[in-house]
Amino acid sequence: MHIDIPMFGPILPELLVLVGALVLLMWGAIRGDKSVDVIDYAAIAVLLAATAIVVLEPGTPVETFNGSFVIDNFSRFMKVLVLLAAAAAIVLAFEYFKQRNIRRFEFSILLLTATAGMMIMISARDLITLYLGFELMSLSLYVIAAIDRDNLRSTEAGLKYFVLSALASGMLLYGSSLIYGFTGTVSFVGIAAAAKASASTGLIFGLVFLFAGIVFKISAVPFHMWTPDVYEGAPTPVTAYFAAAPKVAAMALLIRVAFDAFPTIVPQWKQIIIFISIASMILGSFAAIGQRNIKRMMAYSSIGHIGFALVGLAAGTAQGVQGVLIYMAIYVAMTLGTFACILAMRRKSGNVEEIDQLAGLARTQPLVAMFFGALLFSLAGIPPLAGFFAKFYVFLAAIDAGLYTLAVIGVVTSVIGAYYYLRIVKIMYMDEPAEPFLPMPNGLRVILGVFGLFVIFFFAYPSPLVVAAEAAAKSLF
Amino acid sequence: MNNLPLLSLTIFLPLAGALFILLLRGDDEAVRKNARWAALWTTLITLFVSIFLVTGFDRTQAGFQFVEDHPWLGGVIRYHLGVDGISLPFVILTTFVMPIAILASFRAIEMRVKEYMIAFLVLETLMIGTFAALDMVLFYVFFEGGLIPMFLIIGIWGGKRRVYASFKFFLYTLLGSVLMLLAIMAMYMESGTTDIAKLLTHDFPHAWQPWLFLAFLASFAVKLPMWPVHTWLPDAHVEAPTAGSVILAAILLKMGGYGFLRFSLPMFPLASELFAPMMFTLSVVAIVYTSLVAMMQEDMKKLIAYSSVAHMGFVTLGMFSLTKEGLQGAVFQMVSHGFVSGALFLCVGVVYDRLHTRDIDAYGGLVNRMPAYAVVFMVFTMANVGLPGTSGFVGEFLTLLAAFKANPNVAFFATLGVILSACYALWLYRRVVFGALTKPSLQGMRDLTPREIVLFVPLLILTVLFGVWPGPILDTSANSVAFVAERAQTAIQAVHKTAMLMGAQ
Repeated sequence: MHIDIPMFGPILPELLVLVGALVLLMWGAIRGDKSVDVIDYAAIAVLLAATAIVVLEPGTPVETFNGSFVIDNFSRFMKVLVLLAAAAAIVLAFEYFKQRNIRRFEFSILLLTATAGMMIMISARDLITLYLGFELMSLSLYVIAAIDRDNLRSTEAGLKYFVLSALASGMLLYGSSLIYGFTGTVSFVGIAAAAKASASTGLIFGLVFLFAGIVFKISAVPFHMWTPDVYEGAPTPVTAYFAAAPKVAAMALLIRVAFDAFPTIVPQWKQIIIFISIASMILGSFAAIGQRNIKRMMAYSSIGHIGFALVGLAAGTAQGVQGVLIYMAIYVAMTLGTFACILAMRRKSGNVEEIDQLAGLARTQPLVAMFFGALLFSLAGIPPLAGFFAKFYVFLAAIDAGLYTLAVIGVVTSVIGAYYYLRIVKIMYMDEPAEPFLPMPNGLRVILGVFGLFVIFFFAYPSPLVVAAEAAAKSLF
Repeated sequence: MNNLPLLSLTIFLPLAGALFILLLRGDDEAVRKNARWAALWTTLITLFVSIFLVTGFDRTQAGFQFVEDHPWLGGVIRYHLGVDGISLPFVILTTFVMPIAILASFRAIEMRVKEYMIAFLVLETLMIGTFAALDMVLFYVFFEGGLIPMFLIIGIWGGKRRVYASFKFFLYTLLGSVLMLLAIMAMYMESGTTDIAKLLTHDFPHAWQPWLFLAFLASFAVKLPMWPVHTWLPDAHVEAPTAGSVILAAILLKMGGYGFLRFSLPMFPLASELFAPMMFTLSVVAIVYTSLVAMMQEDMKKLIAYSSVAHMGFVTLGMFSLTKEGLQGAVFQMVSHGFVSGALFLCVGVVYDRLHTRDIDAYGGLVNRMPAYAVVFMVFTMANVGLPGTSGFVGEFLTLLAAFKANPNVAFFATLGVILSACYALWLYRRVVFGALTKPSLQGMRDLTPREIVLFVPLLILTVLFGVWPGPILDTSANSVAFVAERAQTAIQAVHKTAMLMGAQ
């Protein structure tokens, strides 16, 4: 009997992360919570090593496991984002958990398994692998959301996320089964071939359900309801991670499914994406205005940003995908930098989350305020900061594809959205100082410094990211 | 000398100065002092470097000079810089006004001096970049980036309603600009390039031009500002600190006019002709209406702000005559208004620093205590009115001349504006400077300090010099302006010819 052993080379980074997670889990189980420091650093080392491997992988597409797993420039780009976001989240969490005496070694390990799930999602090329990665990520995230298990809000956030996310998984499965039923295959290539032959209504139905499941994870309207509550309830470093990595992975999945499995019915799914995009941009910009809690505000802000990123996908072109990739990379940098600032909002009595508490930060901590201000202007999309270039590329693609209405709605909502970012700048710079915060811990300083400088000086040398995103986008077409 | 990237140097020197000030450490008083002097020296060095641009500039050419071209965003969007006869005067205007603005803040700003100076220097970088950029995306980055420092300058160091004014300024301008951004993208898609030098000779489809024109208008009309989207300006001016008002009036407003000259007229000539009647109407309304409004103001700064709107009306009037005189007059009017309005805001700043009120009624009879101030204020008031012999006259005369050629009725109503401007400006002068010195609070007013005299002298010299000898500015801009006017006329005539042929068939 002859058994084909699949090529393991392409899944080396995933293996490294998963094996790393298992080894560290054993270590933690034996040594207990005393080993948290070691495990945190080891997890960061694993993530960085995996990043290095991903970067060194070839850019030409390599398939393995009978074509159900693929690495190409696109997967490399997205995996680097996911891995770096996970590493940054661990750094963000250091002090936070220590201060509240809830350091648990499981946190880093769960981050590793979630990251592995995301990497599988990004490389998935059939419905089974897709679901495998999706669930590995989701299950890890449920637990992470409730990691502060004695805290009512954290457990509530975890439970809420679990219930709603399970529903989304159900829809995703339902869509997958419909697609399988109407095409007779789970492989994206096979689905594409079947859709080309005949795009039946059943297939479109399946597509809609599949998209619904994925859109839930990127928290776009109308599947965004969980976002503000979970963002607010979860421990802040976890929120930072939620805002960054899962969205990148789910966006990658959405793009992969859209262009690998359904390249022939672009006009059909384009309408869905346009609707989701407009709804997210509008809700994101209007709903954030009234928020008093900065984590809730960031939740609506992230909904809006996903709407902007989807403008690129709605274009349905390689240029549009390039725009989405640039957007996600810059979005991750802005989000993690902003959350470093939010985590630094700490007094003796503990962390505060009210926006008003930032009053006069420019006088008590000028440098932090400067970086935070730059990040906020960048989130608003004002040049010369990085956030402008993110918006520039997606709108460029939309104009190129003739989506003028979408582009006009997009830029107008971005002006409306600018208002609430400006309000924070105003509170920091123009209001009388409130009681100063405690000095910023070193971990947060590193994160804020790295991403703040990236956002401020992106304009000076933007071509590496632009070129990498272009190469990544081309590998799908 | 030719290999030095002079333009980049001029643009980024202020930024380097800003980074230096950011690194200043030490006790408060020393930091404040060092920040002030560092900022002043940075702007003076920048001015010095920019003078090489003038001496090296070849006035016989219409094209771009001091060109720098490097890859930037990967692809066709490049870091492309250069100046021609239209942009050079504005670059010099910026480098010239900046040291004055910094020096004017030496005593007026005592709070958070370091951040203040950084904001101004960053703003200078962005303003010079706007005028020197030869790539539309690069232009937009500089153009729009200026909002951030100006927002902070108004919002942090402004007056009582500073927060309201800064938000209004920011959101108004941003909303106008994003539509321009979309137009820039559409132009990129249509022509395959974002290079301004190439786009100047690109013919956009007739059907596109009105839309592109309107999108650019949305941005430039707000920035200039034109009636009826000028309402942010009085608020911003009133609340901004003196130096902020100076920069706003002298340079930021000119970005709108520069934009019309650089983009709207040469790139969309047909739409410019199509919308010329509308632009004339808006200009005349701006001139007459805002002059009337200016007359009724109680606040000195607000009065000058409204007079700025009226003066910018002459600029659009001259431009949309689409003749060489009109365009030259528009450029001259903008440069001259840069000196004059900047100086007028400084004049207000002088008395505001002493009495901390801008109410016209709080003053009167200042000539008794402040003779030197009365002289300075008078010269700039006359220049604002457009008295022959001051720089204010040349621009108004040329634009009115061009408007008369295009449409005598328009010229008639616009000339009313000149009379009205005499009314409000002279009345302001009379109420503040002349009359009996009866108010007790004015008894202790001191005349101009040496520092203030240093501020006014260069502005005075240039206002009078360009009034009697406008050659330097007119000659510098002549060839580039002629190119724009010719290009617009040729395109329009070509279309008319086709239309006539079609009609003959």
